[in-house]
Amino acid sequence: MTSGGQATSVTTVEIDRGKPALDIEAVRADFPILGRAVRGGNRLIYLDSGATSHKPRQVLDAERDFYTTHNAAAHRGAHLLGEEATDAYESARTRIASFLSADPGEIVFTKSTTEAVNLVAYAMSNAATAGPQASRFAVGPGDEVLVTEAEHHANLVPWQQLCQRTGATLRWFGVTPEGRLDLTSMGELINDRTRLVAVTHQSNVTGVVPPVAQIAAAAHAHGALVLADAAQSVPHRPVDVTALGADFLVFSGHKMLGPSGIGVLWGRRELLEAMPPFISGGSMIEVVRMEGSTFLPPPARFEAGVPAAAQAVGLAAACDYLDALGMSNVAAHEEALTAHALEALSGIAGLRIIGPLDTDHRGGAVSFVLNGIHPHDVGQVLDELGVAVRTGHHCAWPLHRALGAQASTRATFYVYNTHDEVEALADGIRQAQKFFGTA
Amino acid sequence: MYQEIILEHYRRPLHAGLREPFDAQVEHINPTCGDEVTLRVTLKDAGGEPTLADVSYETLGCSISQASASVMADMIIGKTVGDAMEISEAFLALMQSRGEAEPDEDMLGDAVAFEGVSKYPARIKCALLSWMAWKDATARALSDRGEIAPLAQDSDGEKL
Repeated sequence: MTSGGQATSVTTVEIDRGKPALDIEAVRADFPILGRAVRGGNRLIYLDSGATSHKPRQVLDAERDFYTTHNAAAHRGAHLLGEEATDAYESARTRIASFLSADPGEIVFTKSTTEAVNLVAYAMSNAATAGPQASRFAVGPGDEVLVTEAEHHANLVPWQQLCQRTGATLRWFGVTPEGRLDLTSMGELINDRTRLVAVTHQSNVTGVVPPVAQIAAAAHAHGALVLADAAQSVPHRPVDVTALGADFLVFSGHKMLGPSGIGVLWGRRELLEAMPPFISGGSMIEVVRMEGSTFLPPPARFEAGVPAAAQAVGLAAACDYLDALGMSNVAAHEEALTAHALEALSGIAGLRIIGPLDTDHRGGAVSFVLNGIHPHDVGQVLDELGVAVRTGHHCAWPLHRALGAQASTRATFYVYNTHDEVEALADGIRQAQKFFGTA
Repeated sequence: MYQEIILEHYRRPLHAGLREPFDAQVEHINPTCGDEVTLRVTLKDAGGEPTLADVSYETLGCSISQASASVMADMIIGKTVGDAMEISEAFLALMQSRGEAEPDEDMLGDAVAFEGVSKYPARIKCALLSWMAWKDATARALSDRGEIAPLAQDSDGEKL
């Protein structure tokens, strides 16, 4: 077992290959976009949910219903609609909290995962001038922020910038050749100077699920905070924030059947209470005088401006939809598709999978490189066949560099994907090889 | 999109590799995909006009970006900077045409094969990567010689 493969709090899923985990035809019927034709009249085979997922009509209906019957600016207005909009927005918060086994007061709405990471990073640099309560978040010369080489740019660049603003030092875990975190020097990398560890909860390139609980335990032993980037985990498997061990967890709505423009920061209550704001303005203040202002308690302190209520309502509907399917069933379905893809793609000569070749502590992102064919060209041939994949470095340039790939082609799976679509991917790859004369 | 001419240039690129001597070298990157080109320009005087004695390059990228570098180098080596700039502008206009242009074959030669690429917005940058690198390298080489590069403009007069 590699250093990254230790037992963690990750839910293990029993796969019964004889019985599908989801009624896939019923699921697909909920997604109108899957009925459209794409280039050449082909039916759409969408293998890019890691970038953004499609939306079931239940989510679209919930957003539409908000706009057609309750629309108003939440937390404002002395009128019925204002009351209903506030109620809808706060009910959505409660619904999303229950999806994560969290307390509603610990759910902060942001516009995206990226903004949620930036919220914490800027709160930390604002902490230097935000009074004694915030001092536990302040970083400066001599302090260290620890990330990993496997991060999406969204959980890397904000920490580079924090270090640049404050004089703190950025350090990182490297990766093994199969893309797992190399934890051999963890005892040195996590030390008394470490103030925060930012780590992915599932790689968007390799699918690797790092042992976040183990890293968090080591970080906490040195008084460091831990932020988990759950953009690729919360949509795909059961996540219980109370069991994870992290202090902050961030994810986006649009990757989990919800609308774009809404993301979530979950944070431990005592931390959010002590943390200074990032974006300031209306809605987040207690008293405003010309000389200065005081701020509301969390989560309102971190939600300046008129809230994205319709998007929050849509995200709550996505949680309903996923819970009705059962997150364990979602995970089992994706694990079966991933196992199928790993097997089908491993059998193609000249193809190298970037990431583990088995489904142990690994989610449904399958990235690969083909000898002699650039990912752009693979993606183009697949697109002509109706197969939508991602090509490039997937906002994880350092990880590609570490794994010896300039770029890769990535297939990601979700609730609406089928085993036939995995076969169509493998067939398309072989057609690309034939077209470019490499096989 | 994958015209035979494009595939031919991709499989057997012309003028590839970095050569000495050179007057300017640039490295351009497409940040959305990480494709890279390193390109060198060597100028000479021909009848008082700056002329491209050599354009050499190394690319790391897809078939479109590699074939485009090959076609470009083959078309512009030996041309005056002014003529090459005209070709470059015609190619840029073709790439921005969304497949609606009637390209000037006399001026663009093999580069007309890229017309199909203009229908795929995500790939236009692939086709333009080495042309942009060439313009940049030439402007630097000229300014090192104390000459001012001809101002490249697209059809709307927007500076590129």
